Amino acid sequence: MNSIKNIFQTKNREVLSIYFTAGFPNLEDTKTVIEELEKAGVDFIEVGLPYSDPLADGPTIQNSSQKALQNGINLDIVFEQLMTIKNSNKTPLVLMGYLNQMLKYGEDKFCQKVVDCGIDTVILPDLPMVEYENHYRHLFEKYGINNVFLITPQTTEDRIRKIDSYSKSFIYMVASSSITGAKGEISQQQIDYFQRIKSMNLKGNLVIGFGISDHKTFSKACEYANGAIIGSAFINFLEEKGIDKIYEFISSIRNN
Amino acid sequence: MLLAMTAKNKKMKGKFQPDKNGYFGQFGGAFIPELLYPNVKELEDNYIQIIESEEFQKEYKSLLKDFVGRPSPLYFAKRLSEKYGAQIYLKREDLNHTGAHKINNTIGQILIAQKLGKTKIIAETGAGQHGVATATVCALMGLECTVFMGEKDIVRQAPNVARMKMLGAKVVPATSGSKTLKDATNEAIRYWIQHPETFYLIGSVVGPHPHPDMVARLQAVISEEMKWQLKEKTGNENPDTIIACVGGGSNAAGAFYHYMDDEEVELIAVEAAGLGVNSGESAATSQLGQVGIIHGSKTILMQDEYGQIVEPYSISAGLDYPGVGPLHAFLFESGRAKFMNATDKEALDAAFELTKIEGIIPALETAHALAVLPKMTLRKDQVIVINLSGRGDKDLETFIKHLEE
Repeated sequence: MNSIKNIFQTKNREVLSIYFTAGFPNLEDTKTVIEELEKAGVDFIEVGLPYSDPLADGPTIQNSSQKALQNGINLDIVFEQLMTIKNSNKTPLVLMGYLNQMLKYGEDKFCQKVVDCGIDTVILPDLPMVEYENHYRHLFEKYGINNVFLITPQTTEDRIRKIDSYSKSFIYMVASSSITGAKGEISQQQIDYFQRIKSMNLKGNLVIGFGISDHKTFSKACEYANGAIIGSAFINFLEEKGIDKIYEFISSIRNN
Repeated sequence: MLLAMTAKNKKMKGKFQPDKNGYFGQFGGAFIPELLYPNVKELEDNYIQIIESEEFQKEYKSLLKDFVGRPSPLYFAKRLSEKYGAQIYLKREDLNHTGAHKINNTIGQILIAQKLGKTKIIAETGAGQHGVATATVCALMGLECTVFMGEKDIVRQAPNVARMKMLGAKVVPATSGSKTLKDATNEAIRYWIQHPETFYLIGSVVGPHPHPDMVARLQAVISEEMKWQLKEKTGNENPDTIIACVGGGSNAAGAFYHYMDDEEVELIAVEAAGLGVNSGESAATSQLGQVGIIHGSKTILMQDEYGQIVEPYSISAGLDYPGVGPLHAFLFESGRAKFMNATDKEALDAAFELTKIEGIIPALETAHALAVLPKMTLRKDQVIVINLSGRGDKDLETFIKHLEE
């Protein structure tokens, strides 16, 4: 079974996922950040593959990606780093990157490395559904990899149903029509949207991301979904407090 | 005449038209985050129908005639022809209102935006010509306009920044990456994701389908006019050769459009070599790039072994782009167009030469197209059209600096 789906089977509610950028703040921090997140009890971890032109990311993740690239990170190093913790780490990992990274690396080579690292789920925000259907679905199935689709307030019901049928791990529910890093409260409009999706009774697990930054927004999101993802707020925390205080950040999200 | 030609040409189906998913051969498509899907889909479902409607054609042609000043002249450059031993014609897009071919596209897209009920317009710009052309049509229609421009380009194209501001546009500096056209486009797309109610008035034949095809169709007026103008002047609507500069590729797409299926017409696309193709400071995408995805389109792209986009360089802000439109990638790969390039120095020399012998100061971008003439083996009776895509007023500071050197 898909490693992420498994999480939802054992823990249906308040699933917490953290996004971080590989090779940030320092090149060698990838492994430590994952270990600290695991110790702090995060349910699954999204490993961001730093990209020069991350179109779907806001300034915080852009900056962390730029820094990681300056640190000398590349796909080969990320895969090496992930291989070293393959046996010790028990928290499922999801890789998040851009399609061009996979394309240039070699699609089969990329998928093989993902599998070798014990990962079975990827998020490629610029992989559109039509390309998935025409080509990538087959490729990923060959390697047992599941692709996570995003849905937004503008995604039509038909399309959501289709995405639901393709989703073996979870559906990434974009909290608002915004790129990552937008902060603030959850509005009534967003709640209406969450409720609308919730009432569709999808078979897939819903995880809310974008704009989730603290205990309050996390709990609110979890009222309407199986879990939520925090990215930019965690990157900001890493920047300010460093990797030694990760536990503090996670407890502040879990508890008030 | 213009309307009749349009009616004849709009139905054209050829090898160089995109398929239903927006592919030209292996290039194109729409690699966009789900957040942009509704916007792109709305445009895709409507753009052809709008462009082909009688109402649109009437408004578009009328504005091109009375506001832009079309048809742009096809000028026989006598002294340039004598110098290079060929029959050289210049398609004078530099004489358009706002000083470049860019306005053909912005007039068309602003009408499309209006038909789709959009009131807020965003755009990216490199040299500032597209930014000015967008700000101009927004002023014309009374629509809100925000233009993203690389911080580096804001400095090197200051007159255009001033013009945009005077026209009422908000100019937002792009401070990421190389702070040039690529980054301005990233910022425009990010803003679009956050504000899906806006209309992204893209400036070149780049971006997700249907943008490359839409912009090519709107720039196609250039080659549409060339056909009857050449017929009048030479008795033959086909030239032997068409030369145009390519950054993203909109002026070249317009100049090539109605000739792409006529294999007897040689098409030459000129890229910016910067300090030299292999100097590490270049924007000659076809020579340095490989297949990749940029700004929602699969094309040829300057990138490293891990797919990280390489920052390009050219003295010309409009050609300083690490990709090329998917149509051009296909023209390159299929061998239909010949890709040449010119360095900063060659472009500057060509700009000074045209100024001195023809009395026309071309834009730095355009100067790259002129700069390949000395590298070609020409025949005395060879009819060449060079798309003179823009005027050089915006580049005076650069020109003066080099004049003094």
